[in-house]
Amino acid sequence: MKTRIHPVLIVLTVLTFLFLLGPLVVIIGSALSDTTYLTFPPQGLTLHWFANIFEISAFTRTMGTSFMLAVGGTTLSMLIGIPAAYALARYRIELPAFLGNVFVLPILIPEIVLGFSLMKSLASGFGLPISLALLVGHALIVLPYTVRVVGASLNSFDFSIEEAAVSLGCPRIKAFFTVVLPNIRAGIIAGFILAFITSLNDVSISIFLTGPGVSTLPIQLLAHMEQFFDPTIASVSVLLMGVTVAVMAVVERTLGLTFLTK
Amino acid sequence: MSNRLRAWLLATPAILLVFIFLGLPVLATFATTFGDPKGPFSTYAAFFNSRFRMTVLWRTMEVALITTIISVAIGFCTAWVVARMPGRIKSLLIIAAVFPLLTGVVVRSFAWLVILGKNGILNNFLLGIGAIAEPLSMLYTQGSVIVAMVYLFVPLMILTLVGVLEGIPQDMTDAAASLGATPAATFRQVVLPMAVPGLIVGAVLVFTGSFTSYATPQLLGGERQMMMGTFLYQRAMVTFDWVGASTIAAVMVVVTLTTVLVMSKAARKLNPMAG
Repeated sequence: MKTRIHPVLIVLTVLTFLFLLGPLVVIIGSALSDTTYLTFPPQGLTLHWFANIFEISAFTRTMGTSFMLAVGGTTLSMLIGIPAAYALARYRIELPAFLGNVFVLPILIPEIVLGFSLMKSLASGFGLPISLALLVGHALIVLPYTVRVVGASLNSFDFSIEEAAVSLGCPRIKAFFTVVLPNIRAGIIAGFILAFITSLNDVSISIFLTGPGVSTLPIQLLAHMEQFFDPTIASVSVLLMGVTVAVMAVVERTLGLTFLTK
Repeated sequence: MSNRLRAWLLATPAILLVFIFLGLPVLATFATTFGDPKGPFSTYAAFFNSRFRMTVLWRTMEVALITTIISVAIGFCTAWVVARMPGRIKSLLIIAAVFPLLTGVVVRSFAWLVILGKNGILNNFLLGIGAIAEPLSMLYTQGSVIVAMVYLFVPLMILTLVGVLEGIPQDMTDAAASLGATPAATFRQVVLPMAVPGLIVGAVLVFTGSFTSYATPQLLGGERQMMMGTFLYQRAMVTFDWVGASTIAAVMVVVTLTTVLVMSKAARKLNPMAG
């Protein structure tokens, strides 16, 4: 493209990206500061605050919980979401058109309303243990991601290849695992990783479903911030940014990050 | 096995998950609001007659609306430039927008807590250069909530609009220019109409996202700048007023769904590509 861009717009764009990245640089800087309070630019450099994370059992415990929850919730949502995405893409005529929207409901309904409603129902009716409730809640909120990302992969898959395998006598299940699955691998990996980071960062569902004993890392961070304001929070934040970088690397290698602009 | 049966069987677990853990609980929340002994609509009457609750509702609307307008303006200008950059720079800029987007809301709100706090970076900087004599209290104001919310949603807006703006064929703007349209006229009569549906989709995401947010108003607004999300949480988990909390929840759902329905209809109507 050779259209000239107005210099004012260029300046504005530079400012926007400074605005987007500046606060994250501030967090990284204050995590390294050799002071007992949060400050930027850092005064002296230390990794003490990173070591301190592992001294606080509330952080190590909730980190474990958050990680297992993100893996568990995403896996559950994949096991349920992949067949649904497959059905929507493969049997477009047989299923009613609105069904695709049903799986978007977890984004459409405000998450905080969903969290509250789940908590209320579970507390009064289902009698589910809290860790199981968290797992189901997380599987639910990431379902739209798994169905949509895997669905995007399936929509560009040529189902006549699968039909060829089936008509040559391959059982349907085997055809799915040996023909369809390898072809949508990129979508599955990207969907998994995006769902994983969504679950890992979730606040609105977890805030209602955590209690004394079971908590997740973002909820623990919120609680910690209300009492202490030391660089430990900044160093936990830096660790979480590290996870984000890893997630981006995986998405870039599978579907490419430009996938997110579509 | 017929295809129809097979399709339904495959979709059933997902349908059940949504129905049992979303459909039923949310319907139960709605039912709670109508179960008051003083009459089916008394909880809503109480909501809309309460000055405090209406203040929270209007404040939330206001914050969400301002956030949306600012995010759309910044997002559009930035996406316009990003979409026009050569491949390598464009990828770098997209990475720079995705990174904050995938970083959690707690971390991103925390950054603003560090920046805007009483002993925060901005205050220290302003004190340092002698612009102010004593630290300003910037936290727990509507402004601090809006800044942090704009920060949350600008990346989303950029990524949504880069895709839209890239989709506008260069031929079209070239054609307009060769027929004598000034750049401003080309923008107004060719680019903008084609970008409108994308702008609306992005604006709806930002509006509903900020209208229903919890962590950001909690951290940067506190008790003083109570918004619908924090208000719902406070009623449910601090005062244990589940009927009141359910009413707030119902109002939030109605506002969100109305916005989505009305705006997506508008987007379809304004789409010049849809005949």
